[in-house]
Amino acid sequence: MRSEILSLQEKMKKKEITAQEVLKSTLVSVHENQEKCNSFVTILEDAKVNENGGILQGIPYALKDNFSTRGILTTGSSNTLKNYVPVYDATVYEKLKQAGAICVGKTVLDEFGLGGTGTTGHTGVVKNPWDESRQAGGSSAGSAAVVASGAVPFAIGSDTGDSVRKPAAYCGIVGYKPTYGMISRYGLFPFASSLDHVGVLTRSVMDAAIVVDAIKGLDDKDMTSFDSSSIHLAENLQNGKLDSKKLFYIKEIADISSYENPSEELKDALSLFQKTLEQAKEVGFEVYEESMDETLLAAIPSTYTCISCAEATSNLSNLTGIIFGPRGESRNITDMMVEHRTKGFSPLIKRRLIIGSYVLQKENQEKYFLNAQRVRHLIVDKMNDFFEKYDALILPCSSGGAKPLEGELEVLNKSSMILENHMVIGNFGGYPSITIPNGLVNGLPVGVNLTSKIKSDASLLKMASLLEEKMDIHYELGGKSL
Amino acid sequence: MSLIPTIGIEMHCEMKSHTKVFSLARNTYSEEGNIHVSPLDIALPGTLPVLNKECVRKAIMAASLLHCEIPKYLYFDRKNYYYPDLPKGYQITQSHAPIGVNGKIVVPKKEEELEVLIHDIHLEEDTAQIEHIKDLSYINYNRAGVPLLELVTEPCFHSKEDVIAFLEYMRRVYQYTDISDADVMKGQVRCDVNISLSEDDTLGTKVEIKGVNSFSNIALVIDAEIKRQEELIHSGRQDEIIQETRRWDEATGTTKRMRNKADAVDYKYFVEPNIPKICLDSDWILSIQKSIPVLPMERLKKYTKEYGLSYVDANTLLKEKAISDYYDECVDTSIDPKVACNWVTTVILGFLNKEYKTISDISLMPKQLKMVIDKVSGGVISSKQAKEVILKSLESSCDPSEFLSDDMAQISDEDTLIKIVDAILEKSENQIQAYRAGKTNLFGYFVGQVMKETNGKANPVKTKKLLEKRLNQ
Repeated sequence: MRSEILSLQEKMKKKEITAQEVLKSTLVSVHENQEKCNSFVTILEDAKVNENGGILQGIPYALKDNFSTRGILTTGSSNTLKNYVPVYDATVYEKLKQAGAICVGKTVLDEFGLGGTGTTGHTGVVKNPWDESRQAGGSSAGSAAVVASGAVPFAIGSDTGDSVRKPAAYCGIVGYKPTYGMISRYGLFPFASSLDHVGVLTRSVMDAAIVVDAIKGLDDKDMTSFDSSSIHLAENLQNGKLDSKKLFYIKEIADISSYENPSEELKDALSLFQKTLEQAKEVGFEVYEESMDETLLAAIPSTYTCISCAEATSNLSNLTGIIFGPRGESRNITDMMVEHRTKGFSPLIKRRLIIGSYVLQKENQEKYFLNAQRVRHLIVDKMNDFFEKYDALILPCSSGGAKPLEGELEVLNKSSMILENHMVIGNFGGYPSITIPNGLVNGLPVGVNLTSKIKSDASLLKMASLLEEKMDIHYELGGKSL
Repeated sequence: MSLIPTIGIEMHCEMKSHTKVFSLARNTYSEEGNIHVSPLDIALPGTLPVLNKECVRKAIMAASLLHCEIPKYLYFDRKNYYYPDLPKGYQITQSHAPIGVNGKIVVPKKEEELEVLIHDIHLEEDTAQIEHIKDLSYINYNRAGVPLLELVTEPCFHSKEDVIAFLEYMRRVYQYTDISDADVMKGQVRCDVNISLSEDDTLGTKVEIKGVNSFSNIALVIDAEIKRQEELIHSGRQDEIIQETRRWDEATGTTKRMRNKADAVDYKYFVEPNIPKICLDSDWILSIQKSIPVLPMERLKKYTKEYGLSYVDANTLLKEKAISDYYDECVDTSIDPKVACNWVTTVILGFLNKEYKTISDISLMPKQLKMVIDKVSGGVISSKQAKEVILKSLESSCDPSEFLSDDMAQISDEDTLIKIVDAILEKSENQIQAYRAGKTNLFGYFVGQVMKETNGKANPVKTKKLLEKRLNQ
């Protein structure tokens, strides 16, 4: 089974290469990637091999810059925290350190994770390593770009809507967010707490399993975390068996006949998806078509907007410049806070914070925020019904490859709106969800997404790995291949 | 036209706990600023609240003793607003499902009883403290995240005396149950007061006065606000009483407008997503309810009705739970309730007050006290001697029996006493004549002489009888 982590460790074990050499060459690649893609807020030049001897011993990785790292600048890619150096470590960072992994840099994100383009970070846009005129996708843009370029075997991201899985698809890599609560969120700068997940970006399903094995677990600092000590992802990939392999897709999203006047790109993307379904059948999957109420599907994006913006408005209220962050110069306390926020936030985030504030207002709450909660429940109930019958939902991640950085502003095409946003279902229900590459559309990578019921991570990864093996896709970027 | 005031109270009380309600920083009063602060208390990005079970237990206890309904699921809400004393930009509180709703409690009001209706009681976190010195403001985050119980009454009071009786009683209840030290001096109790005036049963326009920090100020606030509203009504300016929030201005002794309803803050409440809904186990609730100690109201009834103590004495005993517990133990060791009350309120409390000590500092056990009291009733020693023995025991922390000796025993034997009395009288010819001539206040002189001769050991009652007999012969 392919795993860059295991093969690297094997080489180190056989003394073909030392951990020092791995780290040194990683830093060289990281700089190359930085020049090309602008993936990093901070590159940790003085990163050191630790001898903690865990399951990730000697493995370099990149960490999204919204995880708190003691003594290391952590900005959330925002001017509000451009000089912020935390005093405590995120649980994920601590666990990776204990496992022997070496953090080589902090990666760019859309400001505080509120965005899907990788273009709103305070250090500039992140470019797609496949085509520098295109977006890497977001919000875990830098993490996706650096893993895709081959500089590091894995990176840590966070996923509130599809912020790990979408950029993974656009960059041709694996993006996995486990069940809500499997990985502690302690130290992750919050966007929308009820939707926020920690996720990983890798170049193989096995590597995703190994990393999550190392960072998951009950954390007494996060009340929403749960004990997953009986779940062994990597071990299950190697030795586990699947009792049943029933997949379903939603016709309204994945069938070309559901679209009026589809673009050529969309046709290609959906026919690639059909090809993937065929390959799935060849390795023993049963594939079923299901239908979902179009009104409910159409409500997904606005439901996500209401809930995520509302929570974000509250979560980001600590950014006032009084305790940390650049302090406003006004002598008046209100003006001081207003100045900090006006100067610090980008226009996109301001727009979202205003939406969040609006939907939470007393006179609007019922109509927007509370109705959004109800729709979220309806969708989750519907999905839970599906998961009674099927082992996983399979859908294409997007209507095509990564979007151009310049040129026409993305006009939200109503017909592909649901296709572009359905992965948020995984966040609504806290479901484990994984994206793997399934080919190219117009020379750009796209992905296929598998989502299953909560706490079924082990079988989800097993299914993804079967499909990965069958599709046997190998990309070569930056002279490195798997 | 007589106007009836109607008053509702919001009583905020800082709870006692080892750590803060959502962080591991210590919950303790400190003169030094910013030393009990965790990353969460200053809202560093990425921190998460972790609910303190001890605080939940005490909140359930408070809800139970107020006879509130307790919800099946515990969860919290965010109250969003910007102020420098609120680092997160929101306060974690309970607005949708308070830990207790629809309760009531009977409190003593002088020698009567007063029933108070409780709207709800909820668990929340305190804010930081801001101090303005000259043109600078200092923020102390020691208080940020300290557990707070907010008790909201129905508008059920009609006088400041009722309000104060309720607040004083609740403070005592919190202390008895160890829910809070409820130390007003340390700012652990703060109140908001809602007042309206009306000629009849309908409620008038409600005015809220926020953040009153002592009970004496509450009485002043109520007087001042009633006066303000009365004057407006009597001068035909009733429409100037609007629903608004005011504050107490200590300097002028009046309430001042903070904001009216039009610019009321929209707190944008929503459910706190970082604390999952917790199903409250009914067995746990029962075990908490069983652990509630006997409350002062019940003790007051027992002391006054069953033991026949005066209201004043009973209240003295009830001031602190430890004293009341000590007294109960005395009665349990079968010291007569009134006698026990006398010993505890005069000798023991007198000693404690003089020495600035608390009842937990003394080693004198109720059964040791009983042993000494029994010696008095058995005529073995005088009550004066008993008091001396007890005081010596309190001062030295030694067993009182060490201060009892054989030669301390009272001289009660009549023959012995007659000899002593006669010897004294023989030497006091002049005084006897004066006494018999009408100077009866000399009687004390003879008693004193006998006491002097016997080092105070003569049984005073018998001595007096013998002297009377001899002198009136």
